[in-house]
Amino acid sequence: MSEESALARQLVSEIGAVTARIGRPVRLMEVCGTHTVELRKQGIHSLLPPEVVLVSGPGCPVCVTPSGYIDNAMKLVSEGRAVVATFGDLMKVPGASGRTLASLSGTGRVKMVYSPRELVEAARSSALPVVFLAVGFETTVPTILSSLMDAREQGLRNLLLYTAFKTVPPALRFLLSDPSHGIDGFILPGHVSVIIGSDAYAFLEEDGGRPGVITGFDGMDMLVGVLALLRLIQAGQRKVRNAYPRAVTREGNARALELMARTLAPRSETWRGLGAIPGAALGLQDWLADADAQLVLGIPPAEDREAPGCLCSRVIAGVSLPPQCGLFGKRCTPDDPVGPCMVSSEGTCAAWFRYGASR
Amino acid sequence: MREPEKSPVNQAAAIRLEHGSGGAMSRELVENAIFPLFRSDAFPELLDAGALEAGSDLLLTTDGYVVDPPFFPGADIGKLAVYGTCNDLSVSGARPTCLSLALIIEEGFPMEDLRRAMTSAAEAVREVGAKVVTGDTKVVPRGKGGGLFITSTGVGRRMFSYPLSPRAIQAGDGLIISGPVGAHGLTVLAARESLPVGGSLRSDAANLYPAVSSLFPLGSSLRFMRDATRGGVSAVLNEIVQGSRMGIIVEDEAIPVSDDVRTVCGLLGLSPLEIANEGVFVAVVAAGAESQALAALHAQPLGRDARLVGRVSADCPGRVLATTRVGGTRVVDFPRGLLLPRIC
Repeated sequence: MSEESALARQLVSEIGAVTARIGRPVRLMEVCGTHTVELRKQGIHSLLPPEVVLVSGPGCPVCVTPSGYIDNAMKLVSEGRAVVATFGDLMKVPGASGRTLASLSGTGRVKMVYSPRELVEAARSSALPVVFLAVGFETTVPTILSSLMDAREQGLRNLLLYTAFKTVPPALRFLLSDPSHGIDGFILPGHVSVIIGSDAYAFLEEDGGRPGVITGFDGMDMLVGVLALLRLIQAGQRKVRNAYPRAVTREGNARALELMARTLAPRSETWRGLGAIPGAALGLQDWLADADAQLVLGIPPAEDREAPGCLCSRVIAGVSLPPQCGLFGKRCTPDDPVGPCMVSSEGTCAAWFRYGASR
Repeated sequence: MREPEKSPVNQAAAIRLEHGSGGAMSRELVENAIFPLFRSDAFPELLDAGALEAGSDLLLTTDGYVVDPPFFPGADIGKLAVYGTCNDLSVSGARPTCLSLALIIEEGFPMEDLRRAMTSAAEAVREVGAKVVTGDTKVVPRGKGGGLFITSTGVGRRMFSYPLSPRAIQAGDGLIISGPVGAHGLTVLAARESLPVGGSLRSDAANLYPAVSSLFPLGSSLRFMRDATRGGVSAVLNEIVQGSRMGIIVEDEAIPVSDDVRTVCGLLGLSPLEIANEGVFVAVVAAGAESQALAALHAQPLGRDARLVGRVSADCPGRVLATTRVGGTRVVDFPRGLLLPRIC
């Protein structure tokens, strides 16, 4: 046995002991989509006692984007008004019509990018406006903004952002405002926290809050994070701990935060399944109105309509687990997804389907 | 909680790119829409190569090559068309002896590129020690093809007389991977998409016969071999246990992966186990024969990094499980929903 797996075994046994001392089932919400995937990929779920239930939170950007957003993007392509550039995940999310952006790739007006850096070249070589589907949390927002700034510095005014940026803390506050949330503690995101810093979660320590632990992404990181969270729960301490200090500081990344403060303003936009959350979306400030695809191209607000039978909205809110959905693994698979949680590589349903739905 | 039943996903009205990914949908397309029409008592199984006639020592295989771009670090479509087809014969226990090459060329394809691909194919043919005995060329109008497509058919002479079949595996058998996984698919992807990463990657395309034949002395202890092309190691392992009373348990930590591949996979959110290889094969050997098999492979340039990565187990029938670095367990499924077309 490697030293790592011996240490892991000790952590697992300590997790069992603390859970026994808590003496009741506990519900831990992993907020971030990367955690959803890594917890299952590393088989952490298979190591936890049955009393510890991991539920997913609203941290998969594709999953919380309403279906009408996809319909709006497809309309831009089919009407020939813009080239739509996007990360691969969104290509395969069905809109309300059931069709996807991938089905429009034959038009030559859908461009898949791996990095926002490709956007500057895309804008330079396009006569049409290039609209980037700017979906993401604090992790991806700064790199998208810096590409926008680069394009503008080079005089390229045809790069537009169709923003569906989301910010994590208001969403957690919103979840906690429902008295029936049933969450005992949060496994807080690693990457997002690198940008926003641990102080951003101070509200969790206030009345009505819940303990949270900022957690990294390798197997040991996640075991340590879960153990630290269970200890806080056992001690009845409403505290936020940073178990990922090699990457996360209290203040966050000053440059990224400064860029965001200079360019973005809070908005209240629809989250799939959760509705409009006050201040939990980020849009471009007025001085960047000429880069805002919604304003420049007159895109209507995105409607949130779910396919019949799809439980994505309940999965995103941590209320339901994927196997409780009648479509899961039957009508809805990664090859032929119905809901966004099955499409996104960070989606809860995709992770459960791929790495095993059993405990 | 019960595992979900995996749905029939080939109800699609039209062919989709995923049907060619080498994953679940490819498998289902062949099994549901094609193979039933051709199945016969003499050839009841889907294998990489079949005998020219029942009982013959001559095996036949065929494969199409549509890789985009046609040239990439480490190899090109010409080399793939020779190695890929010969490797299917090799892992079936046969020494490749002759080949046909059929080219479908799009109008406008540069003559220089055609020469380059054919020169490269000729080098590969010499290296393998086979002969090209016939071929065909077709030209299709501009916009109606994909540059250059090659179909190659190969005949090989059986050199290994024991049966090689997934049905031969037994509980406790060892599972060996011949070398580091994931390089080919990522190299092609990086070349096609001009990725800002992966500059140091090279395709592993190679002739597998020397490494494969080094295992022939194992005799009946050698149960099954397959080259891990489209769909990668994940697809091969799932094909081995599909519909079987046996399963496979692998150890994450034991899988040979280069640092480059691991890094690029991490950045792109891909699993090295699901990526196509052109110079890696999986071998199942009887319990107790692992060290002989590894010693034989380690003496071969291609098998230097061969590892024992797991075992056949009766505990998880029909399924492939991975033990993770921290001791957890996850399912290793057929690759699904990958957007990596035209990788070979």
